[in-house]
Amino acid sequence: MEVYLDNSATTACFAEAAQLMHRVLCEDYGNPSSLHHKGVEAEAYLRYAEETFTKILKVNEKEIFFTSGGTESDNIALIGAVMANHRRGRHVITTRIEHPAVLQPMAYLEDQGFEVTYLSVDRQGRISLDELADAIRTDTILVSIMHTNNEIGSIQPIAEAGALIKQKNPQTLFHVDAVQGFGKVRLYPKKMQIDMLSASAHKIHGPKGVGLLYLREGAKVSPIMYGGGQQRGLRSGTENLPGIAGFAKAAEMVYESLEQDTDRMYALREQLTDSVGKMEDVVINGCPGREGAAHIVSASFRGVRSEVLLHALEERGIYVSAGSACAAHKPQPSATLKAIGVEKELLQSTIRFSLSGFTTQEEIAYTCQSLEEIVPKLRRYTRH
Amino acid sequence: MYKSFLIKYAEIGVKGKNRYLFEEALVKQIKYALKKTEGEFAVRRTDGRIYVDALSDFDFEETVESLKKVFGISGICPVVHVEDEGFEKLCEDVVRYIGDTYPDIRDSQSEASVVNPRSGFTTFKVAARRARKNYPLDSMQLNVELGGVILDAYPKMRVDVHKPDILLHVEIRDKIYLYSEIIPGPGGMPVGTGGKAMLLLSGGIDSPVAGWMIAKRGVKIDAVYFHAPPYTSERAKQKVVDLAKKVADYAGPVWLHVVNFTDIQLYIYDKCPHDELTIIMRRYMMRIAEQIAKETDCLGLITGESIGQVASQTMASLAATNEVCTMPVYRPLIGFDKMEIVDIAEKIDSYEISILPYEDCCTIFVAKHPVTKPNLNIIKRHEQNLQEGIDELVEKALSTKEVIVVQA
Repeated sequence: MEVYLDNSATTACFAEAAQLMHRVLCEDYGNPSSLHHKGVEAEAYLRYAEETFTKILKVNEKEIFFTSGGTESDNIALIGAVMANHRRGRHVITTRIEHPAVLQPMAYLEDQGFEVTYLSVDRQGRISLDELADAIRTDTILVSIMHTNNEIGSIQPIAEAGALIKQKNPQTLFHVDAVQGFGKVRLYPKKMQIDMLSASAHKIHGPKGVGLLYLREGAKVSPIMYGGGQQRGLRSGTENLPGIAGFAKAAEMVYESLEQDTDRMYALREQLTDSVGKMEDVVINGCPGREGAAHIVSASFRGVRSEVLLHALEERGIYVSAGSACAAHKPQPSATLKAIGVEKELLQSTIRFSLSGFTTQEEIAYTCQSLEEIVPKLRRYTRH
Repeated sequence: MYKSFLIKYAEIGVKGKNRYLFEEALVKQIKYALKKTEGEFAVRRTDGRIYVDALSDFDFEETVESLKKVFGISGICPVVHVEDEGFEKLCEDVVRYIGDTYPDIRDSQSEASVVNPRSGFTTFKVAARRARKNYPLDSMQLNVELGGVILDAYPKMRVDVHKPDILLHVEIRDKIYLYSEIIPGPGGMPVGTGGKAMLLLSGGIDSPVAGWMIAKRGVKIDAVYFHAPPYTSERAKQKVVDLAKKVADYAGPVWLHVVNFTDIQLYIYDKCPHDELTIIMRRYMMRIAEQIAKETDCLGLITGESIGQVASQTMASLAATNEVCTMPVYRPLIGFDKMEIVDIAEKIDSYEISILPYEDCCTIFVAKHPVTKPNLNIIKRHEQNLQEGIDELVEKALSTKEVIVVQA
């Protein structure tokens, strides 16, 4: 049996999205900037994608920008916003558990002389609104808070944070990295007072190499790449049309059955956490129940090295992640797990299971059964 | 401008009646190395020399890089061919050759690398050779006449027949060959002239270097890697394949035997004292490697050990692991410091791969304080604990091994 439980790393592409992409690549391959018919034909896909996302997010077409993925969206949002607004202040706020696509640009901004405040999180991986309120100053130009954490699945109080930020300092821009949240919950930037929002296609059964940035009309952001002036000058470069079309198709499909799918995933997640939680010496990280993401379970298995458990599960056809895929090739322990206070001994013993709409009950049952067989065996053989 | 390369080989020149065997092996290795290089080449042996002729356009840098990886080559001389259209024409060609090859001499006033800083002159010598004996001038006459022409053309040049800065070779064949530069080759002996040995390849820095050093002496290399899933990952195995490829760049195709070692390792863990785990494990690795080596006609084992580097490489530990083999075990790094090994690893381009952070099977269960002075009698006594099941496990490991042929 093959059980793919690494959907936070990436997902299988919907066949419908892939088919549409094939058509855009091989038949309607025009450049949307061309004046002739081929160009017009191609532009129609761009329109279709923009319309799809404006409906999903309840925003205007002018506010949607397509990028190469979550990392680029985050970079444009953070660096672009700071460059456009640095005369108003030099203070930025984020959290300790952001993805490297936010933390690394923040480190760059610190090098450039900006001051960055990193909000702490509680044991379940949530920020404190009081701490946020205290952190916002008159010279705070940007706050960036992720929607759903990629390692432990904790969900931040985004709407409350948005209201708080605007109340404290209406000039402060609010960016949300929603790469893990988009496609799992309904997100409305206007209602939540979000100025910028990042999302990625390949986390929602779309293709790799394409993402989007929502940018509120009126919010000042400078481009970080210069060229032919496509996408209102913010993101030059010929649009990745097959990717954009595939992304729109996938988003359309995911949002069509969002509630049923997340209900199912929550049930499967409960099945997994119940079973794993009953095992000896296992700690489940993150928020319980509906307070956490439907698709992410982080569990620490005392006395087992996560990499070994990962490969042992792999031998049975089960694919999981040690920490998160983005951090797994770096030997240092996860910053997120440290920030939520996972004890040192468990940092290297933590596994992430991430589900998708394709995950079944049988797959979860098989995974639980495999864990019960493997874990005690691995615990027998350890380094002394 | 260059049309062929004269290949210089030092050591194999002195091998007496076996010389042709060495030369044939060298030709074969050169052909293998050039297979992936852009362009068509012919490799030929004539008059006790090996020439690589370009039959088409080729990338000079890439070709030299490929030749620099062929053991047995001590020097690579890029050769210019000129047509034999009379002595007058040859004089012009020689003057132009010097000018093109050493532009700083042509633009004589500049600071030239070949210009002797003390005297301000560049010294040279002409070494002519007539393979075609009907040429109107003999070698001595050619040396004298061409020398004169060069002196006239370049006032900053002087003759020195003992230690010239530039030794210009002029060879009269169907065409006339001019060469003066020697690009150093890797030295050593052509691979295939020294038999075959089995390298114990881990994912570390040392073992690929050890394999490279033995290959340099003309030995063909096969390798064995001990894989311990799920404790070591598929990427760790890929890393070893990549390292084998770096060895294959010099040594030709490497047969990599991948042995699943997990069950043996866990069995030792269950039955033997933990601080002796590494030593006993290594003894079984040596036994298995020797077994495969015998089956594949290898004449020895190669390891990357160096005295005292880690607990399992003390003199006492080496004695304990060595004791299980009857085959010679070559340890070319035995007296090297880590930095010296790293220098070679960087030279052969294996270092970057070696430092990738995947765990290998030697470290996964390593004790906090492994024995550094193992007592052979005690080790042997503890190995008795394994009697019941170990033979079967070794048998199974051997029968399930995977063979990957790693090409350059």
